[in-house]
Amino acid sequence: MAGLLFANIEKNLQTQFILAEPGDTITIPEGLHPIRGTLSVEGKSDLVIRGQSMDQSILSFLNQDEGAQGISITNSTNITLEGFTVQDTKGDAIKIQYTDGIVFRHVKAEWTGGPKETNGAYGLYPVQCQNVLIENSVSIGASDAGIYVGQSNDIVVRYNTAYDNVAGIEIENSNNAEVYENHSYHNAGGILIFDLPDLVQKKGGNVRVFNNLVESNNLFNFAPPGSIVGKVIPGTGILILACSNVHVYQNTILNNKSVGTGVVSYFMTEEAIKDSLYNPYTADVHIYNNTFDRWAGLPELGYDIGKLLAVKYGRNTPDIIYDGMQDPENSAGLCIQDNDDARFTDLDIEHNFEEWYSPFISNFSEDMSPHNCGRVHPLTSSTK
Amino acid sequence: MSRLLSKANCLALLPLLIALLFGGSPIKYAKPKLSDYGFFEGHLANHNPVSGVIPYDVSAKLFSDYSLKSRFIALPKGQQLVYQKDGTFNFPQESVLIKTFYYPANFRNSDQDSQLIETRLLINTQEGWLGFPYVWNSEQTEAYLEIAGKRLNVSFVDPAGQSINFEYSVPNFNQCKGCHVNQNRMIPIGPKVRLLNHDFDYDDGKMNQLEKWSLLGMISGLPSFSSLPYTPDYNDIKSGSIEERARALIDINCAHCHRLGAPGETPGLFLNIEETDPTRLGIHKPPVAAGRGSGDLNYTIVPQYPDQSIMVYRMESTDPGIMMPELGRKLVHKEGVELVKKWIQEMEK
Repeated sequence: MAGLLFANIEKNLQTQFILAEPGDTITIPEGLHPIRGTLSVEGKSDLVIRGQSMDQSILSFLNQDEGAQGISITNSTNITLEGFTVQDTKGDAIKIQYTDGIVFRHVKAEWTGGPKETNGAYGLYPVQCQNVLIENSVSIGASDAGIYVGQSNDIVVRYNTAYDNVAGIEIENSNNAEVYENHSYHNAGGILIFDLPDLVQKKGGNVRVFNNLVESNNLFNFAPPGSIVGKVIPGTGILILACSNVHVYQNTILNNKSVGTGVVSYFMTEEAIKDSLYNPYTADVHIYNNTFDRWAGLPELGYDIGKLLAVKYGRNTPDIIYDGMQDPENSAGLCIQDNDDARFTDLDIEHNFEEWYSPFISNFSEDMSPHNCGRVHPLTSSTK
Repeated sequence: MSRLLSKANCLALLPLLIALLFGGSPIKYAKPKLSDYGFFEGHLANHNPVSGVIPYDVSAKLFSDYSLKSRFIALPKGQQLVYQKDGTFNFPQESVLIKTFYYPANFRNSDQDSQLIETRLLINTQEGWLGFPYVWNSEQTEAYLEIAGKRLNVSFVDPAGQSINFEYSVPNFNQCKGCHVNQNRMIPIGPKVRLLNHDFDYDDGKMNQLEKWSLLGMISGLPSFSSLPYTPDYNDIKSGSIEERARALIDINCAHCHRLGAPGETPGLFLNIEETDPTRLGIHKPPVAAGRGSGDLNYTIVPQYPDQSIMVYRMESTDPGIMMPELGRKLVHKEGVELVKKWIQEMEK
């Protein structure tokens, strides 16, 4: 009804967001709508915000001069976002915080000028949320992660497409996440599963990454250098950093030139750890039934790890790369099974980097047998 | 009928109409215009408070594009603020905090030719605190509720004699809560013991505000004055060391969000005045979700190197994707930036 009162769509939408009652559906009409400030939803429940479709209802923040996000939703319950696009925000496209029950469906976050450092950090960005579903959505051009779920619990990310971002999909300090049937390509990194220090929700885990197509994530890393994601080497398919209880299976991981799948501790970031509650190691990580393939070619040489791999392996970088830093207090290690002909290396960074020249003579271990945990994975027999 | 109504009156009816259409929404706690509340007598713009409406100020102030602010508190008759151990107060229901933002035409004569921009009311309703922005008309005779906020052109001559023209933003109803929030509940920011604990120039002479409020019977449970904390006025070089003044400045400008339980807790950066952990304060702390707000810098604060500190970079920016705070300013707080730079410069490594 408030729609009748204002000709200005920005004020109209913001007013509806403020006045919404439980059960309301707010419609974003067809068209390309210029918006100058963050649209905010605060303390609402059972609200649907729906456009005509991703291609028909577009909120353009190209001339945004106020607020850091395109849409900001806080302290809410059961919010559904459906069928619209948010373009060219100065900061994050859609940020959701302190919300229980958030659905993104057929929603696109996009920076239209191609991958650039001046693009906003995150596309679809739930943080400190419960019960997150992101499906059939798209993110293009985020200067950090396109689809980013941080410090949240009970998460499903499926049927999405992410390209031209620094990271296509990232799950950070989050629990109970299923990431499946996504297509993540032409990012610097395809899918990242991270635990970082100094955050409010300290620990993530129970993450399943399966049936994804993760290919050609060889884009240059255009993240601002200070950020953790800026340290991700271009050419990364799937990267697990400092997490435990992560299963990566039945993915197709193609033509990621540096690290098809990496399993590394926080020590690899070379940042000091000051958070006494933080566990920098990986543990209980399972990589099985994936298909790896890559064309012969050099890894990205602008990063130390790339130089190292190139020196050691030339144009045949291994598919699965482990830094060897197993959590000393967790008996569950890294398990690698049934990944066709995937090649492996254990960098054993604890012993191999004592002198500057040691990488050249170091004995990386390409022996996968210590990581054959002999586990029968329930999905193995039925799907291979 | 429409011919009988002036344009201003039509505007005044608009929020009322919305309130009728959306009866269940919190907007029902707001009146359509400022004069409806009866806080002031005589010419509204003069802000002559009626009995029971008490002016106050805070020692460290949120920077709001150099606007000056008049603050008042109105408690329901016969009721009191209850002192809490953490230095805040419990407010009785129906308490109202009133804050008017205004600009003198020339800051060299700051008591002349003032343009009133907006008056924000924070009302403690049955549903908790709610914030309502009222925007002054150009005739300066009335302020009307604008729940969706508003943009206004403002110009003034600053103390250095320079003309400043910019677009001022009145926050919307949701943005009020964006700052005034803790654990999903809206809270007042200014009226805390440590920000009130100083003299105010009342009509009948100077007096410590807490003493005055006690004399007026507005507070119960206040401990002895000597035990109460005090936040320095960061603008006043005599009020504390550079560190004390800088911490006061970042407390009032940043910690409403960057504090446990508030939206800026996400990256683990806590800037409240009580924080003592160096990492949580940002010292050698890598950015987490800053995006291009990090400005190619590695840490929030690098001791002795303000120009390598993300905190300074974000305070110096007016780009909405970079600047901090995210809302509430279009201009750079030059004096504030200088103070924070000095603080970082003098830090031990």
